[in-house]
Amino acid sequence: MAATTAITARALARPRRRLLTGQAIEGYLCIAPWLIGFVCFVAGPMIAALIISFTDWSMLSAPEWVGLGNYAKLFEDPLFYNVLFNTAFISFISVPLQLGLALLMAIGLNEKLKGLAFFRTIFFLPSQMPVVASALLWLWVFNPEFGLINAGLNTLNLPVFRWLFDPDLAKPSIVLITLWGGIGTPLIIFLAGLQGIPESLHEAAAIDGAGALARFRHVTLPMLSPIIFFNLIIGVVASFQAYFTLVFVTTGGGPGNATLIFILYIYFKAFRDFAMGYAAALAWLLFMIVVALTAINFGLARFWVHYEGGDAA
Amino acid sequence: MSANAEAGDLLVKRRSMAAQHAFGGRRRWLHFTLYVIFSLGSLMYLLPLAWMISTSLKLDGRELAMPPQWFPDPVVWKNYATALTALPMLWFLRNTLIVTVTSTCLGLVSASLAGYAFARLRFPGRNMLFSFCLATLMLPSIVTMIPEFVLFKQIGWLGTFLPLIVPWSLGGHAFGIFLFRQYAMTIPLDYDEAARIDGAGALRIWWEIILPLSRPVLATMALLAFIYHWNDFLRPLVFLTDKDLRTLAIGLRLFKSEYLVQWNLLMAASALMLAPIVVLFFAAQRYFVQGIVMSGLKR
Repeated sequence: MAATTAITARALARPRRRLLTGQAIEGYLCIAPWLIGFVCFVAGPMIAALIISFTDWSMLSAPEWVGLGNYAKLFEDPLFYNVLFNTAFISFISVPLQLGLALLMAIGLNEKLKGLAFFRTIFFLPSQMPVVASALLWLWVFNPEFGLINAGLNTLNLPVFRWLFDPDLAKPSIVLITLWGGIGTPLIIFLAGLQGIPESLHEAAAIDGAGALARFRHVTLPMLSPIIFFNLIIGVVASFQAYFTLVFVTTGGGPGNATLIFILYIYFKAFRDFAMGYAAALAWLLFMIVVALTAINFGLARFWVHYEGGDAA
Repeated sequence: MSANAEAGDLLVKRRSMAAQHAFGGRRRWLHFTLYVIFSLGSLMYLLPLAWMISTSLKLDGRELAMPPQWFPDPVVWKNYATALTALPMLWFLRNTLIVTVTSTCLGLVSASLAGYAFARLRFPGRNMLFSFCLATLMLPSIVTMIPEFVLFKQIGWLGTFLPLIVPWSLGGHAFGIFLFRQYAMTIPLDYDEAARIDGAGALRIWWEIILPLSRPVLATMALLAFIYHWNDFLRPLVFLTDKDLRTLAIGLRLFKSEYLVQWNLLMAASALMLAPIVVLFFAAQRYFVQGIVMSGLKR
């Protein structure tokens, strides 16, 4: 195969080279719209944000160069530690829970049983809903006086709570909502992944006397680990952004900053307080955290991710 | 050789039959348990939605009754009409449609062009540029939004739809580029070569050969883009500074602060915003699933 290609390449060397230059021009032409967009709305703004992060700028007067001042200020900002904690709490609890629950559901739904497709649809649907609408719905479900949950607890003579309005329960309540709305995507992905595991592996393991748990641990998990791993990174990174709407609409960061997450804090600093320099520094820090988390994840992957024949899923 | 393989096959088959037999009795129990668990689970997933519909049909004030009534009496369909007019929901819908339709259509053009080039044309720096394209998927968009806000303010785009339309029209849906590239790579290169011999350029090949063959992936891309714009909140919140430009998502949020006590109307408005997505979902579930599977299974 490789030899044939080499021969063809040599034989066609001269005309091909001319073709290549023509193709190169065409290639650049075809990606031009994207490339312009990328330079103007991604790469350019990234660099601009970095420069802005070295200034003190309210957009009313000219920016004032403060060097690393904004980054130094971060460490003296007591609210910032709060924000870090809230973000870590919500993302690091909600995403693994979503993945774990989705995995269990997918294993159940993967059984060849009538009617299971219907359940799949139900668990998947909430993940595609407009977050504003589902956030409003949950605000109503969690309503301390008239909400569904407290009404149910009341009927069962159980204590009621203030949920999203209780500083201690607000974060767990947000996590609960994300379990409802965030499970669909990993569920579908795991189902597709499970269908890729050859039946013969399970059967061979069963013959060797492996019980259901052992088969899960020694067949399903290793075979799915690349997918689990990939979705863990994507999920955590996405959660930093995706939870903005949910938190903004339900609690607005309250009560008492209990749910003030990173992206919400940046939003408030930039577009409410117009502290552009400080907000840009925060945004760049968030970006660095995303890069670092991705790198750490890839570093740790060696220890638990199993790639079949070097081929990633 | 082949006899050996056959014997091996037979062995595997017999083994698998034995395994199935061993499972038989326990399987039935397992299946029963699964049905019970999933029924309860899906009930929990559906309850909030049922609660939304129930609330949206209640008479003013009745939604606050304790213990709550599941079946509204009387059923007030008029809440939906009120929700449509109480805030200019139809106007918001118009705005949402302007943004959604233009960005989705133009985005399909630019993303399919770029995806085609990344898959089928050779040019220096192609792989590096494609990895940049993929990297934007990981980038928190708030990082670029601060300078973008400054930029849009300077060039007078605040107070127009342009900040929402232009970036997405210029291949902003990096994921769409990725999807299209993956799909285009499966089309045999012979088609291009045959067309080249007939004197067709890249643009004509893209338009006349690749696009018609790529309808399924275009449908998935269009669906994902539509949902994205329909649900998008942060960018409209920041960039649509003009009241008249508000989209549905922003308008609905506004409704909350103005009608905080009128949960029946708020739920009616939410249900209205949700309805098109649910309809689309049931009409095109296959494409939803396809897009998501491609996003989650690496390469």
